[in-house]
Amino acid sequence: MSTTRKLTMAQAISEAMAQEMTRDPNVFVMGEDIGAYGGIFGATGGLLDKFGPDRIMDTPISETAFIGTATGAAAAGLRPIVELMFVDFFGVCMDQIYNHLAKNTYMAGGNLKLPVVLTTAIGGGYNDAAQHSQCLYATFAHMPGLKVVVPSNAYDAKGLMIQAIRDDNPVMFMYHKGIMGLPWMAYFEGSSNEVPEAGYTIPFGQAKVVREGQDATIVTISQMVQKALLAADELAREGINAEVIDLRTLVPLDRAAVLKSVAKTGRLLIADEDYLGFGLTGEISATVAENLDTVVLKAPIKRLALPNVPIPYSRPLEQFVIPQVKGIVEAVQKLMQARMAEGVAA
Amino acid sequence: MQASPEKLLWMYETMVEIRNYEETMANVYLEGKLPPQIQKGLAFDIGSGPVPGEMHLAAGQEPVAVGVCAHLKKEDTVVGTHRPHHFAIAKGVPLDKMTAEMFGKVTGLGKGKGGHMHLFDPEHKFSCSGIIGASLPPACGAGLAAKKMGEDWVAVAFFGEGAANQGSFHESLNLAALWRLPVIFVCEDNNWAISVPKSNATSIEWVADRASAYGIPGIKVANNDALEVYEAVAPAIERARLGEGPSLIEVKTDRYLGHFQGDPEVYRPKDEVSNLRKNDPIPKLAALLKSRGLMTDAEEGVIVARAKERVAGAFAFARQSAYPAAQDALNDVFA
Ligand SMILES: Cc1ncc(C[n+]2csc(CCOP(=O)(O)OP(=O)(O)O)c2C)c(N)n1
Repeated sequence: MSTTRKLTMAQAISEAMAQEMTRDPNVFVMGEDIGAYGGIFGATGGLLDKFGPDRIMDTPISETAFIGTATGAAAAGLRPIVELMFVDFFGVCMDQIYNHLAKNTYMAGGNLKLPVVLTTAIGGGYNDAAQHSQCLYATFAHMPGLKVVVPSNAYDAKGLMIQAIRDDNPVMFMYHKGIMGLPWMAYFEGSSNEVPEAGYTIPFGQAKVVREGQDATIVTISQMVQKALLAADELAREGINAEVIDLRTLVPLDRAAVLKSVAKTGRLLIADEDYLGFGLTGEISATVAENLDTVVLKAPIKRLALPNVPIPYSRPLEQFVIPQVKGIVEAVQKLMQARMAEGVAA
Repeated sequence: MQASPEKLLWMYETMVEIRNYEETMANVYLEGKLPPQIQKGLAFDIGSGPVPGEMHLAAGQEPVAVGVCAHLKKEDTVVGTHRPHHFAIAKGVPLDKMTAEMFGKVTGLGKGKGGHMHLFDPEHKFSCSGIIGASLPPACGAGLAAKKMGEDWVAVAFFGEGAANQGSFHESLNLAALWRLPVIFVCEDNNWAISVPKSNATSIEWVADRASAYGIPGIKVANNDALEVYEAVAPAIERARLGEGPSLIEVKTDRYLGHFQGDPEVYRPKDEVSNLRKNDPIPKLAALLKSRGLMTDAEEGVIVARAKERVAGAFAFARQSAYPAAQDALNDVFA
């Protein structure tokens, strides 16, 4: 058994990168302010001192160029990790991502490997407004050709990052700012946890039951996992036992884990910080709807996500649109009272 | 072009106002963000206090804003950056509404929906964005509109030297040059893009040298000096108003504060800021005004007091204003 210590998610991510860089000389990191600054959200903290500027490369603010460079370098045999500070900024370089990084392997008939890890910060809750607070993981999951990893805690983040670096495909690695354990932003304590010193991997496409229960299933991801756990504690005090499922990766998606849990509880809430329309909550709902021949629901599915508005700056407005612990509690309470239409219920 | 006494006095007072605004904001921003009011274990909480979220201040960079905007009229368009206050103030955006926006209040420019990086004032033709390099294309659009409408209006795009490496910079310069748009592209070179110095991000020393690649004038202003900016920009404005096309201007300026408030600035040489502050452009312009007999000590006192009063009034207005109702978040997605 290797030793463990409590790490923040930011520390776990940079440790994973450092271990893989030591193991494999083809791994290197590029991005804005990832060197001396250590990444605005700490994901590359300490790496410049360990590996020097040849492998920890600060880039100009030229996302199209440096993300395209990652694709080209990967095609040539390297394994780039490339960071774009906020997911919102992918707008300026989307072509390099969705027309090239995501499609070239397929268009080459599988004869091209593009082992790129694209890291980026997601999420709101600290009033950074419409261009700096989105999650957008569903946007990337929507486009074929990208694996999408969205950890909720330090332990998972390290194992998933090592897995991502070793994967021969493009992987989006999206970390929520509000669980990185930064000294300058409120975060959920549950996101900093015990992490083994030695390297380890966590396979993609394996959701985790982070809390067992039999009354209702809460399917969620990223920071919302931490909120769902707090909500489940509150519900337990009222005698409602919610099962909380952390999807961990959207592509591949562990549909079986969702179906298994819903088959047990008969009630499903999907809690998400991404936009409601055409997103994760719809995808999970569809998965259950398509399996109603084997899964029996006791209540209609509930979805909690950002209503389809850009994220407002003002605190009362932002708190209103981003699902909070209280909202999850209330949604599960309603779920417990709801019934299926006559003749449909079990 | 010589600056008239009125222009010089306007530039001075506006610089004083901007500096006081930024320093006041730096203090107000800290309210509620430090221990013991915040979560245990944190040193600073960006999401607390009356003005939460990121905050980029422009103390030290006043000459760029006033030296350019002194040439503008209300119908001219200004597109600013993520560090927008100095541009907005110099363009005449009402201080009350702008400040209320940063407090997230319903009386703000965007009813609290936009915040500090997203100030929109269609009446004074000002806008900005938190996306680096985003100011140039919409300035081309304003220029195209002026041209199609047969007006002599111009559009100014401000952007940092970091933004000059964004694709939108090159695309916009080419397009504006090709279509002879009345646009003035102003690169505000404070040498830093967050933690990355210009020398680590840009292959040449002067961004203005890139103008020749697009066949337009490139103008260099080596000092952080309002009058120098004013004089250097004049031919570009004239050229634009006469329908002769765009220009690129680069001004060397100084960032006195962190990239954003709360920035630990581990990347910055320790004595850099104190050295930069020795060249403070505000006392410099005051000295010039006095040497030309345009301002006495007593008049200086009046000007400074007047500027500070406006700033204090704006913060008071913002504090006293109400928050929007939570449900208002669902409105305004479409016009
Ligand atoms: C497209 C995009 N990439 C990255 C960022 C993150 N970012 C915010 S400010 C900044 C530095 C900008 O430097 P510069 O253009 O020189 O302006 P300054 O901050 O010095 O005023 C960066 C990289 C962003 N906001 N948008």
